Amino acid sequence: MLKVDNIYVNYGAIKALQNVSFEINTGEIVALIGANGAGKTTILNTISNIVPSVSGKITYEGKDITKTAPHDIVKVGISQVPEGRRVFAKMSVLENLEMGAYTRSDKAEIAADIEKIFQRFPRLNERKKQPAKTLSGGEQQMLAMGRALMSRPKLLLLDEPSMGLAPMLVEQIFQIIQEINKSGTTILLVEQNANMALSIAHRAYVLETGEVVMQGDAKELARSPEVRKAYLGE
Amino acid sequence: MFLQQLINGIALGSVYSLIALGYTMVYGIITLINFAHGEIFMVGAFVGLLLISVAKVNIFFAIIGAMVFCMVLGVVVELVAYRALRKSSRLSALISAIGVSIFLSSLALMVFGADAKGFPDNAFPVTQLHIGNADVSTLQLVIIAVSALLMMGLEFIVQKTKIGKAMRATSEDYNTSALMGINVNRVISFTFALGSALAAAGGVLVGVLFNAVSFNMGLMAGLKAFAAAVLGGIGSIPGAMLGGLLLGVSEVFGVAIGYSSYRDAIAFSILVLVLLLKPTGLLGQKITKKV
Ligand SMILES: Nc1ncnc2c1ncn2[C@@H]1O[C@H](COP(=O)(O)OP(=O)(O)OP(=O)(O)O)[C@@H](O)[C@H]1O
Ligand SMILES: [Mg+2]
Repeated sequence: MLKVDNIYVNYGAIKALQNVSFEINTGEIVALIGANGAGKTTILNTISNIVPSVSGKITYEGKDITKTAPHDIVKVGISQVPEGRRVFAKMSVLENLEMGAYTRSDKAEIAADIEKIFQRFPRLNERKKQPAKTLSGGEQQMLAMGRALMSRPKLLLLDEPSMGLAPMLVEQIFQIIQEINKSGTTILLVEQNANMALSIAHRAYVLETGEVVMQGDAKELARSPEVRKAYLGE
Repeated sequence: MFLQQLINGIALGSVYSLIALGYTMVYGIITLINFAHGEIFMVGAFVGLLLISVAKVNIFFAIIGAMVFCMVLGVVVELVAYRALRKSSRLSALISAIGVSIFLSSLALMVFGADAKGFPDNAFPVTQLHIGNADVSTLQLVIIAVSALLMMGLEFIVQKTKIGKAMRATSEDYNTSALMGINVNRVISFTFALGSALAAAGGVLVGVLFNAVSFNMGLMAGLKAFAAAVLGGIGSIPGAMLGGLLLGVSEVFGVAIGYSSYRDAIAFSILVLVLLLKPTGLLGQKITKKV
């Protein structure tokens, strides 16, 4: 579905990504794990083309999308839940969801999708008129995910959805990620919580200082001594 | 007397509000003080003048014509002078804005000359009305009504329409807006179009109010409207409306109680005072630096 080929990304003099290649197949949950500053967020932002690559190629469903404008990336079916949730703080919960549906014009269908999001996240329904900044961290994460789903993505990019959440809530969020995947959305999951990520992912890539250093079946990686030592705190 | 001055002040202030809105919206979205905004106002006044004196249309069509013309001008200015500098330092963009400002006023000087131009006699019949013991001209009422209507229109666009919501989203978070599929360049163009249209309407109204249109009218009006935007809290739309009205009213009252030689200083004294007491302006929010 998505193929990233030899991507290089710099921020000024800082080399953030070097020779990164990986693939995502339709229907998968692929985890991307790595330490702080490894380049995980940069990868997602390069796919969304908020951060341009110096060289390399990104192909989505056979089409080269390396130079596609960020707003058109959403149109082809890729949507991102950014790191730190980034809800529109001054806008209401409902308006945030409407922004997620910005590329669509099928009003009735949008309204139906908003209802579905509210069914999945009832707490958002109770707060739909409130400005997003009044939501708790967990509710904001739900809103950010709901918002990203509003474009009906085929591929969903999730950047550290468990960040700063209580363990109970983390369980719930990962549960929801699996449900979203089962209902037909392919997922690229960036996580520092390697344990949780590997437990729900099919495959995974390990990133170290801008390079892919390991890859494979998620369950196998979770058993490998290097990964256990470096990312599972053993 | 009080009522009289209040109405004079509101008429003047609502025009400041119209101009201030452009500053505040553009700042809200790309954190740029659009120094050329005062000149867009001036161009709007000239377009209105030409439409009324040459094309002989009435004041309402002159306003609409000026708005349409300046919408295009505003979009072109952003495209030519600011877009390439979007990611550079704000100082480079500010210098570019000052360049556009000088360019537009020099162009107007070349085309229309240095003398202020007046409107033809009886371009619009002005009647004096007596409300209580105040003399109010129909012109003032037109100014207040047109400004109020435009601001309500703006509020509707910003709060209720899809593009208006995209404007609010983009001013909160540029990158995340792009992740929503919002074409941020288009939203920025739209913001310039809106702000410029309001300034143009303000230009025609001021031209008519003082019966004078000149190449350098954008400078002082622009500075005062900018002061109004900062007074209200730059980036805040209701703030710009409030700031403009407050400045207009205080200016008129300042003149009425005998400080007419300080007319232009009043706006800036208020600005300095407010900034000392409340640096974010009356309705402004703490500016969180965007990363
Ligand atoms: N806007 C930027 N300007 C300069 N350097 C940046 C920028 N964004 C990221 N970097 C640098 O690029 C490298 C990769 O950063 P990135 O945010 O992709 O890491 P990450 O794996 O997502 O980290 P974390 O787990 O902390 O979120 C880091 O060294 C970081 O300092
Ligand atoms: Mg990150």
